[in-house]
Order: sequence, then structure tokens, then C-alpha cells
Amino acid sequence: MMIDPLSVFLLLLGASTPILFAALGELVVERAGVLNLGVEGMMITGALAGFGAAYSTGNPFLGFLVAACAGAAISMLFAALTQVFLANQVASGLALTLFGLGLAAMLGKPFEGVRAPAMPAGPLRINWIVWLGLVMVPLVWWFLNRTRSGLILRAVGENHEAAHALGYNIRLTRLAAIAFGGAMAGVGGAFISIATVLQWTEGMTAGAGWIALAIVVFSNWTAPGVLAGAWLFGGVTVLQLRLQAAGVAVPVQLLSMAPYLATIIVLVAISARQKFSRRAGTGAPGSLGTNFHALR
Amino acid sequence: MAEPTVFRAEGIGKSYPGVRANDDVSFAVRPGEIHALLGENGAGKSTLVKMIYGLVRPDEGRMFLLDAPHAPHDPRAARAAGVAMVFQHFSLFDALTVAENIALGMENPPPRRELAARITQVSHDFGLPLNPARRIVTLSAGERQRVEIIRCLLQNPRLLIMDEPTSVLTPQEAELLFATLRKLAEAGTAILYISHKLEEIRAHCDRATILRHGRVVESCDPRAHSARDLAAMMVGGQMRQIDRSGRQAGEVLLEVRGLSMPAPDAEGTALKDIALTLRAGEILGIGGVAGNGQEELLAALSGEVASRPGTVTLVAADLSAKGPEPRRVAGLLAAPEDRLGHAAVPDFSLIENTLLTAGARKGLVRRGLIDHAAARDYALAVIRDFDVRTPGPHVAARALSGGNLQKFVIGREVMQSPRVLVVNQPTWGVDAGAAAAVRQSLLDLARRGAGVIVISQDLDELLELSDRFCALNEGRLSPPVPTEGLTLDRIGLMLGGAHGMEEARI
Amino acid sequence: MIQLVPRQSASNTWQIATPLLAVLATMITGGLLFAIMGHNPVAAIRTIFWDPLFGMASSYSRPQLLVKAAPLILIASGLAIGFRAGIWNIGAEGQYIMGAITGAAVALALYPLEAWWLFPAMVAAGLAGGWAWGMIPALLRNWFGASEILVSLMLVYVAQRIAAWMAFGPMRNPQGMGFPGSRNLQQYPSASNPELIAGTGAHWGVVAAAFAVLATWFLMSRHIRGFHVRAAGTAPRAARFAGVRPAVLVAFCLGLSGALAGAAGLFEVAGPAGQITDRIGVGYGFTAIIVAFLGRLHPVGILLAGLLLALTYIGGELAQLTMGLPAASVQVFQGMLLFFLLGFDLLTRYQIRRRITA
Repeated sequence: MMIDPLSVFLLLLGASTPILFAALGELVVERAGVLNLGVEGMMITGALAGFGAAYSTGNPFLGFLVAACAGAAISMLFAALTQVFLANQVASGLALTLFGLGLAAMLGKPFEGVRAPAMPAGPLRINWIVWLGLVMVPLVWWFLNRTRSGLILRAVGENHEAAHALGYNIRLTRLAAIAFGGAMAGVGGAFISIATVLQWTEGMTAGAGWIALAIVVFSNWTAPGVLAGAWLFGGVTVLQLRLQAAGVAVPVQLLSMAPYLATIIVLVAISARQKFSRRAGTGAPGSLGTNFHALR
Repeated sequence: MAEPTVFRAEGIGKSYPGVRANDDVSFAVRPGEIHALLGENGAGKSTLVKMIYGLVRPDEGRMFLLDAPHAPHDPRAARAAGVAMVFQHFSLFDALTVAENIALGMENPPPRRELAARITQVSHDFGLPLNPARRIVTLSAGERQRVEIIRCLLQNPRLLIMDEPTSVLTPQEAELLFATLRKLAEAGTAILYISHKLEEIRAHCDRATILRHGRVVESCDPRAHSARDLAAMMVGGQMRQIDRSGRQAGEVLLEVRGLSMPAPDAEGTALKDIALTLRAGEILGIGGVAGNGQEELLAALSGEVASRPGTVTLVAADLSAKGPEPRRVAGLLAAPEDRLGHAAVPDFSLIENTLLTAGARKGLVRRGLIDHAAARDYALAVIRDFDVRTPGPHVAARALSGGNLQKFVIGREVMQSPRVLVVNQPTWGVDAGAAAAVRQSLLDLARRGAGVIVISQDLDELLELSDRFCALNEGRLSPPVPTEGLTLDRIGLMLGGAHGMEEARI
Repeated sequence: MIQLVPRQSASNTWQIATPLLAVLATMITGGLLFAIMGHNPVAAIRTIFWDPLFGMASSYSRPQLLVKAAPLILIASGLAIGFRAGIWNIGAEGQYIMGAITGAAVALALYPLEAWWLFPAMVAAGLAGGWAWGMIPALLRNWFGASEILVSLMLVYVAQRIAAWMAFGPMRNPQGMGFPGSRNLQQYPSASNPELIAGTGAHWGVVAAAFAVLATWFLMSRHIRGFHVRAAGTAPRAARFAGVRPAVLVAFCLGLSGALAGAAGLFEVAGPAGQITDRIGVGYGFTAIIVAFLGRLHPVGILLAGLLLALTYIGGELAQLTMGLPAASVQVFQGMLLFFLLGFDLLTRYQIRRRITA
């Protein structure tokens, strides 16, 4: 079997892009101290909204814009629950995923069986959105580590009591982070429907949102780590598809498990490293997953 | 106008549901003055300074900073007006660097390199050297406090608020801190110093405003009064005398030998080769600055963490590998420092909280089945015998005041008639009345023939209770010395002197 | 201005009132949604919540209530214990599928043997399959610190693919004329899980669900282990101090909820579903999460919540048939219900006061 390394790399870039967007968004959310398990729900919302808009207008880029807005909008449900109503973040994230999957399935009926408009290729015949994803990696890194807003966001995620005591607005910071996470997940979802599958089908994100959550852990909460994780995942996916195409004597159903098993293995490996290596430690933000309520 | 003031409060009042935190509070801080705000836990000191710093808004009254009205909307407004604050707890970000932490405390921080240079320079000028690139998690308690102080100094504050700053320092480190404060005061900064440590206030402060139940009871020169007088003003009435009589050391009950264990996490402390012997009827005091292994030692004795065989022995029975339950059955009981969340479950009722530790010894749990009636009776007995003020045993633990919950926690263990009881910080954050009751109950327990280990950061408490004293320093336990005739200075040296601060001076 | 003041202890009145409020709010919002989509909102709500029980077709749909509620209640009873302890098994769907596969495997391997012990052996295998699938995230968390949330969820996708593989490969019915799917266990007397009382829908799974409700109630309110579970969820350090070993608790909670989910899968595959197909997982494992929360993690609440959500399944199907509502509207309903519940839950933990500002 001949595998041209360049074409494999291009496939890998495509396969990793949805996860890259979603995981970069979730990275910012978690650095602000919020655990949003609703990534899958926001991705599927973006996948449908983006596809719908792209199909209706014939403009795929408008589709991605709408997907970002839709992802951000639905993330506000989670934001309201956790930041205003102080509900448990794990349960609220799950609720967002279940709701998003249902809502997209319900509203998506009219779009079943139609094709997405063609996308003009970007530089080097690589999709513009893939480029955007690659640009977002240094951009997110720069924001988190080099800007004052990024510093405040990290401070809020690290220790919300202290950030509050210094006068920073915990709720506003977190709302903004959650909205950004929603928008990024929306774009990631839309990439699947508009640029990869070119169709809308129910449940088409197939766990990509959960894999994105695992990749944030894998990255040890850094932007370059997210890129590495997304590429690793993309590599496994491409390899698996290649093996399927080559007709390897392993049932298709078992081959298609590879991304999920790889995610578990990677998660275990990285958790073990954080657990056992004294020097590595964990980069998890100190206030991750806890709510904040100040009595004034 | 008489003298110029940096800060003035007039008739400040603040209420929370069910509590009058501040009531008609008025006082003034003059330039170059170290002004103490003195009061028991719950007297309203924290609420008052939070209002000055913009974290809480007063319900009534007015504040003035440099004779201009001061009503900060949030801490940033307060900082802009010239107020800086060093917090007792939670104000640093462990995972961030020194420079980042300091930048977060400033309104318009200079660019990264410039800020780093200024941190290095200012910290050297004040004799508190700091490396701006280091992460907070790698710093000692004294160094962390330096970060807080430098953060304040870089803003050239007119009023510097310090909330119980010496609670994490050795006596020698505290001396160095006061030298810094004195330099600042001489440069014209007013300092508002919150504490309940009478001796250090008498030694270093120019004025003291004493709060009780949210009201100002006195504003005076602390040097003109004895510590005893100040304490009486703070508490309102005479201190209860402690009865130490009627105890004598008997047979050896608890033997700890070669107890070492790694730090549980990045912030924890490793225990190094700890050895101690405890006799019946004896109280052993273990002193030390916070974070030197107190919690880890308690966990090793309570059974929350198991240790190598032969390290923890109770009357010839090796308990090293046993968990908390078997140790309780054998008679080794413990009461951790953190009442809410460690010694008690905040959301559970007092009845349910008895089940946490008293299930086996009091027969509240038999073959796994809970006897709710027996648990209720036991809760009522603890409430009665230890004078726990609560509407009833069904009330959640979190609803009790610190002192009452502490009486309940200590009572729950003492009334199980342990052979050995280990307590950590038994009177931390507790009002004077409850503290005296808790201490007396520990003495009574020892008189009945139990062995008691008191781990505490309150040196006065240890001198008052214990027969022998050990110092815990970076996870090592010093050999015991008799408490009789021990001075604070000697204890300070045992606690590691001015570690950290000394190396800073070289 | 409105201010939230934490309550000293959770309000009992609101504990019961919030789920009811959430159901009401879901009906109103759902009705609005249907109205926007051009359906008669009153008729839609009636079709979903009333007609399955008292409408024209109720003689058909009423037994379905127990059929659908049983797996939900069985799974949710186990999940609730873990949720109480702060251990998040969200992969019950996978444990359900694995229980169905391992349980069915016993029957398919012994076909056509007829023996009284076959069905009990299948139940044991179903329990074991679910237990084992639940123990994977438990052990990975205990040994390596891997998040049980993500691992248990990833294992759902793995289980779905194992089910598909089984249906197309090893378990395919040799007499199935090439169609995917195993033999139908309903036609294998010793292995089938029949309706016990005609016209009620009650099969062995319903009996098991009832037993699970009683047993978990006993565990959580009378047994010290239940006390330890509750303590660990709200104050982990206090639980440790009481003598709870966290690793044991993780294994207990994930193992127990996995076993119950596995049993639910077995009862389904031997009864209503009949065979292993690639669609053996129909989402009960996820809906059970909603059931657990709506039931306030309390066994009696879970019983009621399970019945209510079973009703939305049946009512949703009915509305799909009679009014042409999209099938996914049930999912939307269930998601909304959880949203409202979590939002209203604020009232049990906080008091809302109006603040007088000068």
C-alpha cells in the first residue's frame, strides 16, 4: 500500500480541525476555571446552524460565522445555569450536550439529504478554516500568556477567591470565556458538516466534543499541547480510515473504535504522568469546576 | 480640624442576615502611624477592612481618605485612591509567577521586563529580595507574604492594610516584618494592622482601636496598657482561669518511631523520621508555623494515611497499617484543624455528624446498620455536656458558630473516652469563652488518664496546656522539652528562627 | 437589587417543589416551541402527557410505561449513588450495551438448550458485563487518575461498535438470511424475559427495578456505607477522616451502577428488544442521568421521575404518529427538563432577598 506522506498530512489536518477548534475553545473556558462538558452539544448545534446557513445562502463562510454565533448562543444556556443560577457544572454541561443533540436532531430534519455548497480552497489547496485553526493556536497562546486580559482570565481560573479580592469580575470573565468556547465549538462542528461530510446527519459529531475535552487534559492546559493532541487524534483517524480503505482483515466496526480507544489511552498516559511525576505536576487550573458566589 | 488624618471612618454600620457585623464604628488613622485594629474572631475587623478596600459596601456611615470622601465601588477603585491590602488568606495565585501576581494587584502595570526590574529593585531596597520569575507554589510562607507586601509597595499606597500578617511567621520573621513596616511608616505611609496578638501590638503599634461585637469599645495607646487590660477590653470581662491540677504521667500509651512519609501533594510537607512518646495523663504540645507538617502529622496519627509497620504503636498494638476506624476502636482518636469539611460535614446535621467518628465506640452503628435514635441521643449528650449553643441536634453543622461547632467536635471525641486524643488547632478562630472551655476539657481528659497531643500554632495555648513541648519544623519534630520555664524566644529558635528571612539578608 | 443568600441547610419544601416547577416550565416552554413550529401546543402537551395514560390508545400504551420505566429506574438508581458521592459515571449507556451483549452471549452459546437456570445465568452475566465495563473507568481513575467522566463516555462509543460488530459478525443469526442481528431471544423460551402479568408490561426488569429502588433506599438511609457515600460527595476530607477509602468508593459506585445498567441491558435484550443489533443502545443510559437528577438522587424520586420520562417516550411516539411531531422532540423535552431543574435548584440552596439600596 502506497501512502504519500504529504497527502496523509493534509488529511490529518482536516481530520484534526474540528477537534482543534473545540479543544482550543474549551482550553480557554477551563483556564477561566469552568468545566463545560457541553462541547458535544455546542458542536452539533454549530454543525447544524452552519450547514443550514451555508446551504440556504450558498456561502460556506457565512455558514461558519452563523455556526460560531449559534455555538456561543447555546453556550449561554450553560453560562446562565452555572454563573447565574450557580448549578453544578458537570450536570449543566451534560444537560447542554443532551439538549443540543436533541435540538439539532429536531431542527435538522429539513436539511437531511442535501449537499453543502462547495468551498473555495485556500492557500496551498488547504481549506481556509484549517488555516484559521492553525492561526488560532498561537493567537490563543499569546492571549493567555501575553495579554493583561489573559492574565486576568488565568487568575480567575486559578483562584477565584483571590481574583475577587483583587476586584476582578469573576462572572463577567467566565461568561466571556464560555461564549468564546461556544463559538469555537460551533465552528469546529460546522467544519464537520460543511467541509468534511458535506451533509447534515443526526448525531454526526460522534463524540468529537468529548474527545476535545480529553485533549484539553492531554495538553496539560496549554495551546501548543492542544495542537499536538488534535494532530495525534487526526493521525489515528486517518490511519484507521486508510486501513479500512485498504481492506485490512479487521472488522470495520472494530477499526472505527480506534479514535475512542486512542483517546482513553492518551488520557490514561497523561493522567499517570501528572499523577506520578513530581516535577510535571498538573496544569489544571485551581478553581476548575467550582462555582463562585460572593456575599457583598 | 485637629490633626491631619490619612483615613477616617464615621459611624460605619453593616448588617448581614442575622448578624450586625459593624455598628457605628468611628476611628482615624494618622500619617506615619501603625494603627492596630484589635478584636476577637467575629468582632467585625475583617468586615471593616473589606469596606475600606471596596470588597463590601457599608450600609451606613461615611469614610474619608485624605479628607476626600472614600466610597470605593470595588478594590480597583480603592487601589486607585491609595489603599493597599495584604490579605491573611487567598490572595495569591499559586500557578502564576511572582511578576504576574504583582501585575494583577496593580492598576496599570508596566511592561513585563520593566516590571520585573522594578520588583527586583524595590524588593532589594526593603531587604525582601524576590525573584520575579518564580512561581508562587515554590515559595515559603514568608516569601509569599513578601510578594504581597511588594505588590502593595509598588503602588505607593497612602494607607496599607495588613490582615493578621504574622499568623504564618515565626517570632523572628515577625520582627523583620515590623522593621519593614516601621521604615514605611517613617516614609509617611499609614498602616492599619489587624491582629489579636496582644504582645506584638503592644510592642510595635502606636495606637489601637479595639472592637467588640462590631462596636468600637476603646481607642488607646497600647503601650499604656497591660496585655491583660487589652484582653479584658477585647473580650469584655475577666478571662476564665484554667485548672491544670491533678494530673500525673503514667504508663506509655502512644509510641511513634521513625515515622516518615512523602508529601501528599505539591503544597504538602513530607514527614521526616518523627519520634514521640506519650504517657497517660500527659499533654504533649507540638508547636510550629503553619505548613510545616501539622496536617500531615495529624493524618498519620488519625489513620487517614497509613505508614510503615512499627511506626505508630498504641499500648503494644501496631496500628501503622490501620485506617481511622480500627484506630478508633483501639482508642486512638483525633480532631483535625478544619472543622467545616474535615472534622465535620458542613451540610449534615449534628446527629449525622456523630456517625462520622462515634459509630463504633458509642454503638451508633452495628453491623453496618445505623441506629438513628442512638445517634440522636449521643448528639444531645454532647450538646448538653459541652454547652453547644444550637437550636437542636437537627441543625446543620455549617449553621453553628465556629466556637460552638468546635465544642461539638471536641466533645464528640472526648465523650468517647479515648485513650489517646490528637487535636490540631483546637481553638483556631474560636471566641475566648469557647476556647477556654475546649482547653479545660482537654485538661480534664488528661486528668482522667488519657494522653493528649495538642498541635497548635498558638504558642500561648501550648504554654498554658502542655507538660512537654516539641517543635515541628519542615516535617521534622524536635525532641521534647519541659514547658516549665520555656520562653517565647527559645521557642522561636526551636521553630526554625527566621528561616527564609535570614537567607534573604545574606 | 436582588441578592442571593445561602441557606443554612437545603430547604425541604423546595427539594420537592423544584422538580414539579421544572416539569411545569418544560411543558410551557415546550408548548411555545411547538406553537412556533406550527403545532397546536395544548394538543401536543396533551398527546405527550395525558393520552398515553387515559387516551384512546391507552390500552396499548399503558403497559409500555413499565417497559420503558424499568431500565430508566434500574440505571438511575445506580447512577444516583455515584452522583451523591461525586463520582460521575456518564457511560451507563455503554454498560447497558455490554450487559446486553454478555447476557445474550450466554443464551446464544447454549442455544437451543432449555434449562430453568439459563435465565438466571444470563442475568448474572448481564450484571457481570455491566460491572466489568464500569470497572474500567474505576480502575483507570484509581491507578492513573484518569477522569472517569471522559473514560466512561468514550467506552460508550466503544461499546456501540462492539455491538455493531457482534450484530454483523460473531452473533449474527445463522438462520437470519444474512440480515444483521442475533437470534431473537423472545422465541427461545428458557432465555426470554416475558411479560409476567398479561397487559401490564411487567417483566423481570420491572421486578428488578422495584427491588433496586428498595435496596438503594435502604443503603442510602439505613446503612453506614450509604452515609459514607453521602459524606464523600459533600465533604471528601471528612469522609476520609471517617474512614472511607476513596479508591474503594470509586470502585463501589462505578461497579454498582455498571452492574445495574448491565442488568437493564440484559432484561431489554431478552425481552422487549429480543435481539442484539447495532441499535441495542437506545439512549436509556443517558436519559437515566436526567431521571437521577429529576428524582433528586433519591430512590422514591427516581421511581417517579422514571415513570414520567417513560411517559415522555411513549407520548413522544404517539405525537409523532398522530401529529407528525419530530421524533427528536422528546430528547429536546428531556434536555429542557434537566435545564429547568438545575436552574430552579437554586431555590433549594439559596434564599432570594431584595436588597434595599440607599
